[in-house]
Amino acid sequence: MRVKQLSIFLENRAGRLDEVAELLGAGGINIRALSLADTSDFGILRLIVNHPEEAFRILHEAGFTLRFTEVIAVEVPDQPGGLASVLKILRDSQLNVEYLYAFVEKRAASAIVIFRVEELDRAVGILQQKGVRLLSSEEVCGL
Amino acid sequence: MRKSIEEKMNIDALDIYGLSEIIGPGVAAECLEKNGLHVFEDHFIPEIIDPATGEVLGPGEKGELVLTSITKEAFPLIRYRTRDVTSLNPEPCACGRTQVRMARISGRTDDMLIIRRVNVFPSQIESVLMGIEEAEPHYQLIVHKEGSLDTLEVQVEVLERFFSDEIKQLETLQRRIKNEIESVLGIGTRVKLVEPRTLARSEGKAKRVIDERPGRGETH
Ligand SMILES: [Zn+2]
Repeated sequence: MRVKQLSIFLENRAGRLDEVAELLGAGGINIRALSLADTSDFGILRLIVNHPEEAFRILHEAGFTLRFTEVIAVEVPDQPGGLASVLKILRDSQLNVEYLYAFVEKRAASAIVIFRVEELDRAVGILQQKGVRLLSSEEVCGL
Repeated sequence: MRKSIEEKMNIDALDIYGLSEIIGPGVAAECLEKNGLHVFEDHFIPEIIDPATGEVLGPGEKGELVLTSITKEAFPLIRYRTRDVTSLNPEPCACGRTQVRMARISGRTDDMLIIRRVNVFPSQIESVLMGIEEAEPHYQLIVHKEGSLDTLEVQVEVLERFFSDEIKQLETLQRRIKNEIESVLGIGTRVKLVEPRTLARSEGKAKRVIDERPGRGETH
């Protein structure tokens, strides 16, 4: 139930983000979800793509500093309070959320949210036990 | 480097200091204690000065080594400025010699920057970075003037294998580098993490200093 996310170190320099987008586009990689966290000096671009290994290779060859990070993709009811219900489960189990961001695409009545939590295995177990659906890597890449 | 030479060749490798203007090798040499180079004071008078003001500095203070030859004939040198940066230690050595010891050369005064009236040597920053596992010892110093205040920015390349996906970890690294540099230099510094392999290298060595203060267009 773990999903591979690409995390890319970006200096705050004009055009650096464009470069990533162009390289991936030229390599036929589709970006499924993304988030950009930044400070005044640097940023971390987090991407979920259809072909993670290939995307890694392309960006690494182009000189980018990046790594894989494991995250989980959680199906959240697309209604008021949907996200809050998932967060409550994690909080009640003392699971710290490092960050989260949402998928742009939608599946039926659910939204998909990417979570990075400290204890991934424990989080997976608890969420599944509470009936929260997690998406597999194949499902996420194929979306 | 010394360690690996000593291990591979099963010898003691000792540091020797000299300048071709004076005698070539033979101004100072380490003893087997390997804790500073004894200056041959029967032939040379060493002094340490502040390279900016010429003021003579005390034991342990880092500055420019100045040498006077006592026994050299035909071409004596009086208070010759070596441009090498070191300090002198007059404490008696465990080997029994009483000659003053100079520390290993830590830089050249040619590289010295004066920032807010503090002498800064790029080698000081380099040695801080060498001690930080997560950072490359590749750096660039950028000196600006903001109003009447000089500012120092240190750009450091992040090592790829230590790149973290979490902002707070990178910020912790940034703060650690900043604190360590500030405690060595004694002046406020801005540390900027940059992508590996992005700092300019000329002939394998990074172009270390960009001085953007008015009237100092030079780079080293
Ligand atoms: Zn000695």
